[in-house]
Amino acid sequence: MTISALIFLLLLFAAFSYFMARQKITTAYRQNKQPSKIMTLPKYFGYVAALCSLLPSLLVLFVLQGVEEPYINSEISSFIGSQNIAASDDLDLYLNEIKSADTPEKIAALSEEKQAVYQRYHEIETTTQRTITAIVLSLAILLVIWGLRKINTETPARKVFEKIIEGILLLAASIAIMTTVGIVFSVLFESTRFFGEVPIMSFMFGTEWSPQTAIRADQVGSSAAFGAVPLFVGTMLISFIALLVSVPLGLMSAVYLSEYASSTVRAVAKPVLEILAGIPTVVYGFFAALTVAPFIRGLGESMGLSVASESALAAGLVMGIMIIPFVSSLSDDVLSAVPQSLREGSLGLGATRSETIVKVLIPAALPGIVGGVLLAASRAIGETMIVVMAAGLAANLTVNPLEAVTTVTVQIVTLLTGDQEFDSAKTLAAFALGLMLFITTLILNVIALHVVRKYREQYE
Amino acid sequence: MNEAVLNELAEPPTGVNAPPETEDSLNIEYTDTVGQPMCENAKFRTKNVNVFYADNQAIHDVSLDIGAHQVIALIGPSGCGKSTYLRTLNRMNDTIDICRVEGQILLDEQDIYAKKQDPVLLRARVGMVFQKPNPFPKSIYDNVAYGPKIHGLTRNKSELDDLVEEALIKAGLFQEVKDRLHAPGTGLSGGQQQRLCIARTIAVQPEVILMDEPASALDPIATAKIEELINELKENFTIVIVTHSMQQAARVSQRTAYFHMGRLIEVGETDQIFTNPAHELTEKYITGRFG
Repeated sequence: MTISALIFLLLLFAAFSYFMARQKITTAYRQNKQPSKIMTLPKYFGYVAALCSLLPSLLVLFVLQGVEEPYINSEISSFIGSQNIAASDDLDLYLNEIKSADTPEKIAALSEEKQAVYQRYHEIETTTQRTITAIVLSLAILLVIWGLRKINTETPARKVFEKIIEGILLLAASIAIMTTVGIVFSVLFESTRFFGEVPIMSFMFGTEWSPQTAIRADQVGSSAAFGAVPLFVGTMLISFIALLVSVPLGLMSAVYLSEYASSTVRAVAKPVLEILAGIPTVVYGFFAALTVAPFIRGLGESMGLSVASESALAAGLVMGIMIIPFVSSLSDDVLSAVPQSLREGSLGLGATRSETIVKVLIPAALPGIVGGVLLAASRAIGETMIVVMAAGLAANLTVNPLEAVTTVTVQIVTLLTGDQEFDSAKTLAAFALGLMLFITTLILNVIALHVVRKYREQYE
Repeated sequence: MNEAVLNELAEPPTGVNAPPETEDSLNIEYTDTVGQPMCENAKFRTKNVNVFYADNQAIHDVSLDIGAHQVIALIGPSGCGKSTYLRTLNRMNDTIDICRVEGQILLDEQDIYAKKQDPVLLRARVGMVFQKPNPFPKSIYDNVAYGPKIHGLTRNKSELDDLVEEALIKAGLFQEVKDRLHAPGTGLSGGQQQRLCIARTIAVQPEVILMDEPASALDPIATAKIEELINELKENFTIVIVTHSMQQAARVSQRTAYFHMGRLIEVGETDQIFTNPAHELTEKYITGRFG
């Protein structure tokens, strides 16, 4: 029996349990003299009965599924040992070949010796599957019977149900947290491997980035350099330009939308502005590379400046336009949420609209505005496509926005695309860059949180 | 105002068996305003004021003078237009797009709806205190200093300090907050917040203070303090107060205007209105027959 069929059966049992328990309680209520009109609804008893069979059986099913594979592997290994079959060096590879033989043709293609192993594997697998099915099903049936016998009007069904709900919510929250922790640890682990090959100091403070390592010793440029400084300077430069564009524009359009625009203008303008966020970044990318970059180059040359055909300025400007909605939409929402009474209070003292906005509304809405800017900043730091297309791949250490630069994310992409051996310094460098990026954004978040806490003006 | 009248106001007559009359059953005849809508030494003169919200007329032809350095109370059942009328006096209705005001409103004989009138300056001269205390989410000091700062009333920090202290003293709040002037104003109790809002208004040194049910969100003790404060403030300011509490109107005001369904029914000396109302509707309202 396949797992999906098994789960379906378990759900069927749960449904049965639900209806039976509900029926039992309804009948009990009808027969007994009611002490009060407010009683726990019968459906709660149903939920409890259903969940008390469903949850343990599912848990047991998943645990057994988890131990099934190691068990089968060890059984086959001992079989191979007892048959004195010379397994190849890599046992995993050998087992994989056997397990992947799921059609008669593939089985026929195996060598005779392997066919014997396959027979054995097939036997073991079938038995374990049957055992698991039997255990889970009998457990479920037992629990259904036990639950239906045990449940009565004295069961604190609502309380138990609330506890179960709480548990499910906790599980959902911890999945998100555990995933984050898992990613951090995996990045941290791979990074330490990288730092085993490249000294951490030369990575963090080195000013030259050229990750190409020679495959053979006689090739040109055999020594790789992993200095991350140019990448981080490039990232910061482009993000800074982008924020320079998006924060003033976004904030001002938010103020216009929430304080000045009539409701009809607002109803049209806000969704249109939010469409900006829905345009795929690759579209922005070729817009930046084909329209903005040549324009900037032409403009710069007419003023006698030398501009690279791919420049940080072009990428930053386009990225700034892209993240305007993050600033404007969130700021607009928080500005609109400031109570009308504060506006009237300020106007009533003879303040103008702009004085009211600058001195009362923006301070009151500051946490939300900083939140929007922060979201925009992390989008800017993480943005890859626009930079690949408009700012180039050359890791120049410069703060001149007219030159080509590259960013951390772009380098991670170039390091990991194409065929890679997984344990070279070049590939592992991607993890180290990821770790640094993670730490950088974390520090930015902490600073922003601190700023908000210091300058926040809380209403209510 | 004598004790007997106040007691009668507090306990409406219960001996009457007739059910409370609804506004429909009153069979109102709209006449011209009864009493003395005009007065000598007027700060505000309003003539034939009509206010519309889109197509709904909220105020019908109200003419009323507001005397300088006295308290006038606007009373009337909910939705009678008294708050709307109050908000025409400092053009607060300008913030509502669909609101339109007709007629003449003169402050010191100057038309405040004239084209050259700057509503921002008007609001500095005609301050406002709202129903719900609305301190800014700033410190107590900054709340009071807000108006003086935007109008440039002081030349340096020590003058500003003095002005803030003076306003807080006048509002009767200084003793309670002098040790925590830089604590947030939103951390005060409701009554203290309302006095902070009054201090904030006084600090701009307006000529008129409009109060829109300033004590309706407060407990009796805080209310008593606000009323006491209003009594003191009338020495220096002209005060227009909208209130739902007839006892409050009787306690704090010199003149009372009774509004009903957007019309000004009766105006007179407060004592006269509460002891000897001239109009049938006023009498029914103050004796608690409806409202």
